[in-house]
Amino acid sequence: MKTMVLGRLAHVVVVLLLVSVASMLLLELVPGDPAYAILGNSATPDAVAALHHRMGLDRPAWQRYLEWFGGVLHGDFGNSLRTGQPVLEAIGQKLPVTVELAVFALLIALVLSLPAGVYTGWRVGRPVDRLTSGLTSVIIASPVFLTALFLDYFLAVKTGAFPATGWRALDGGLAENLRYAFLPALTLAVTEIAVFTRLLRSDMITVLGEEYIANASAKGLPTRHLLLRHALKPASFSLFTLSGLSFGRLLGGAVIVELIFGVPGIGQLMIQSIQSKDYIMIQGLVLLIAFIYVVINAVIDIVYVYLDPRVRTEGVAI
Amino acid sequence: MSVIAEAPDTAAGAGRDSGPRPSRWRTGYRTAIRGLGVLRRRAGVVGAWFWLMLIALLAVLAPILPLADPAVPVGTPNLAPGARWPEFMGTDQLGRSVLSRLIDGARPSLMVALISVGLALVVGGMLGLVAGYRRRHAERVITVFIDATLAFPPLMLLMALAAVLTPSLWTLGIALAIVFAPSFARLARAATLRLASQEFVLAARSAGASRLRVMIRELLPSVVVPLLSYAFVVMAMAVVAEGSLSFLGLGIPPPAPSWGGMVASGRDNLREAPLLVFIPAAVLLLTVLSLNAVGHHLQQRTGNARGANL
Repeated sequence: MKTMVLGRLAHVVVVLLLVSVASMLLLELVPGDPAYAILGNSATPDAVAALHHRMGLDRPAWQRYLEWFGGVLHGDFGNSLRTGQPVLEAIGQKLPVTVELAVFALLIALVLSLPAGVYTGWRVGRPVDRLTSGLTSVIIASPVFLTALFLDYFLAVKTGAFPATGWRALDGGLAENLRYAFLPALTLAVTEIAVFTRLLRSDMITVLGEEYIANASAKGLPTRHLLLRHALKPASFSLFTLSGLSFGRLLGGAVIVELIFGVPGIGQLMIQSIQSKDYIMIQGLVLLIAFIYVVINAVIDIVYVYLDPRVRTEGVAI
Repeated sequence: MSVIAEAPDTAAGAGRDSGPRPSRWRTGYRTAIRGLGVLRRRAGVVGAWFWLMLIALLAVLAPILPLADPAVPVGTPNLAPGARWPEFMGTDQLGRSVLSRLIDGARPSLMVALISVGLALVVGGMLGLVAGYRRRHAERVITVFIDATLAFPPLMLLMALAAVLTPSLWTLGIALAIVFAPSFARLARAATLRLASQEFVLAARSAGASRLRVMIRELLPSVVVPLLSYAFVVMAMAVVAEGSLSFLGLGIPPPAPSWGGMVASGRDNLREAPLLVFIPAAVLLLTVLSLNAVGHHLQQRTGNARGANL
């Protein structure tokens, strides 16, 4: 067990190293010069050279990488080339917005998919179930930018109930903040709702086929009790695993949704940094996103080993 | 003892024999409903194939069809659908035929999907096969690379590549192939692990076949089946990705039409002319739905519904 956890850890470290080297190499390939992004296109060659020297851009990439890497080991992720702001501070400013959206989206998704999943898993093949399954396949097929525009058109442009784009900080009052956060959160939630409902439905079907359910039913337990107390608990296990995964993914910044609705989160920061070739900021962001992804995967692998002893002996973690 | 044991039997027997039989009408009705259900499920798949064939055929035949040039205005801007023939879908904000642009826009979507999935299938499948069969070092190296690629934010990869290489069918296809290859590798590895200890593989080994021969002649034919059915689902993802990139302005540059680009330009006057967004959106959505439907159907046929969830 201990060796497996250590093995996972080593794997995580190697993956993160590879990711950071790859993002460095990738940015080396991207044409354009951060100096021009700062000084403007009419900058004189002397000024550009001076700035290069100040930013350390006149040295080879591997030297800059090692220097950056040394800083990271000390917890210093460097300063943004575009604004001069420390990377951790910039991420710390944008992260709350992204976290709020992710939490909001996940809440909407769970509130709507729990009853839908329980009902369709209980009443398989009924009209409601068929309608839901058709609807979820359409939703899953829909690219996020189409879902966003669709909701934007019907909830903002047509009815004017919600603002079409923009963001209000929490300082301006909770109600106003939630009104602006609702559409982007709903867009993010819609796909999750479809996936969650399908998963819960199929797990409910499996659990409801178990003998102890038939036994409890024969004992005369009311259906409501049976569904919510006896069946939902074991059936919701993989749903909560999946929602953990979704949360991690949403934290990485939903670039397209943030772009369409003008939300100042991690995704927007990433787009701006790529456009101005702010490689220090990008390095930090890529590392953050990869870190979240890898850690969540590793945690799930390890949790599965605890919960399902068979994985331990087989030793196959796909 | 015997009485107790018999009691439930007789009760059940009585229920079966003398209980009210369901009327013939009722069973007939039920069979008909079930038949309709099967037909409808098939109809979904048949419809999906039909739509994909139609789109592919139109995309291939676009140059010889009697359609207006998609890049040249043919009439007044924002013409409503149904007002003119053969441009029955109306015109966009520059007066170009929506129909021509839809048909021409199918080409980048389908070509990028075919190129990226084809490349990802071959490269990822090979890597997964090697990782699953050779285990040890090859496996360790390949899984680290797979995980690193999966951990890398895909949009960042695509945006950076779009900045380096001028977007074209091939560069987009290759960029997306890099994104998709790890999933194929995982799937191939899982399938190989399942097969590698089976009798026919061991038999081939003991008959003196080399490892390479075992991989190509014995394992590959069985590994390819789940990969191919999964390929349709990934093609749906590729169409979505191409649409998203075009929507962000990172796809094939204008004036060449693309579905995502049409949605993006229609978005500017969503209030006045919502159809300019909703028509290309519907076409894109139907294509993705059809690819998903065909993919899931094939996965069920090949008994690999679970493997695809990897």
